[in-house]
Amino acid sequence: MTRRFMMMLGVPLALAAARLAAETTPEVRIGAKKFAFHPNKVTVKLGRPVVLVLTSEDRIHGLKLPELGLRAEIVPGQETRVSLTPQKAGSFAFFCDVFCGDGHEDMDGTLVVEA
Amino acid sequence: MLQRHRRDFLKLAGLAGVTFTAGLFPPGEASAQAGGDFHFVQFSDTHWGFKGAANPDSENTLAKAVATVNGLANPPDFIVFTGDLTHTTDDPKERRARMQRFREIVAGLRVKDVRFMPGEHDASLDAGEAYKEFFGATNYTFDHKGVHFIVLDNVSDPAAKLGTAQLAWLEADLKQRKPDDRIVVLTHRPLFALQPDWDWTTADGDKAIELLMPYGNVVVFYGHIHQEHHHMTGHIAHHAAKSLIFPLVVPGSQPRRAPKPYDPAQPDLGTRDVTMGSKVSLVELPVTRS
Ligand SMILES: [Cu+2]
Repeated sequence: MTRRFMMMLGVPLALAAARLAAETTPEVRIGAKKFAFHPNKVTVKLGRPVVLVLTSEDRIHGLKLPELGLRAEIVPGQETRVSLTPQKAGSFAFFCDVFCGDGHEDMDGTLVVEA
Repeated sequence: MLQRHRRDFLKLAGLAGVTFTAGLFPPGEASAQAGGDFHFVQFSDTHWGFKGAANPDSENTLAKAVATVNGLANPPDFIVFTGDLTHTTDDPKERRARMQRFREIVAGLRVKDVRFMPGEHDASLDAGEAYKEFFGATNYTFDHKGVHFIVLDNVSDPAAKLGTAQLAWLEADLKQRKPDDRIVVLTHRPLFALQPDWDWTTADGDKAIELLMPYGNVVVFYGHIHQEHHHMTGHIAHHAAKSLIFPLVVPGSQPRRAPKPYDPAQPDLGTRDVTMGSKVSLVELPVTRS
């Protein structure tokens, strides 16, 4: 097999695989803006992979969910994608952990993992 | 070791509040050191500039605390402020105005040796720029009568990190200490994971605790959580101070962190007197009405 042939074969396969993954993994979009998450209550399924797509409308924020060991910084102008497969059911608090001003302490939400 | 730990949490009723006796410096070891007993006062979380129902008397609380400490029969050797001197604002001019006014009020302290450090409200929105203009470095050390004080900054990084540079600085400073040296760490946030889902922690605080662990006589004083709290990580005691603006609820007592409802008697606000002798003794000083 020539190198050229492998490249021709490999690139479309990788693209197809990525497209397939994007189609099968549900996405949940969460927006951050001083001083709230929208939505601030998100429901996902136990054991099912999900991608949290995080965006910010104003400044850098954080999203920390200590009970599931999850943390991300949300930089404006880009999508921050966090893959997760919840392994325990329940209601888990998340909050902004990048100090963002007078109201930062109230910037939080709940992730519900349904069995 | 175990016996020493048990003694650490001996609580005694005191006149001005609760005396907390921590058996940090075992008898004999400390008395062999140069210096001897002294005491200092800890102010914390004054949040100058805050306005709200959680403290309708916010314009006067700091001045009352200054008057209370000025009235101590036995003045402290020095005073420390463990952060959140001012309440945060997005306006850089207003932030500086608040720091200016704060500095004018605390200039009324009779004791002139005063050490400051920032909280996230002072320093997290501008990486400590305004704070440094008014109060200087955000981390530093000083020595007093044989005790080595280390001020750590876990707020200039808005993600509550000490950072690798500061941890290396701490490591280098500690290398110059002997294992039985008396060390006091002053900082704003808890270095340990007190209540991670309320963000009552320092992202890399465990690394600082690890560096401090080989030293036998370490005590940490901090603020941030607006209430008295005492915790041990191994042999290291961590003491949180009351605030001078509003008390917050007990960690984990309800789903969300929130101020306690306003009580005009302000029983949960105050400063603290710390005596460094063969033991470390804490006396809580309520804000008196004046
Ligand atoms: Cu935020």
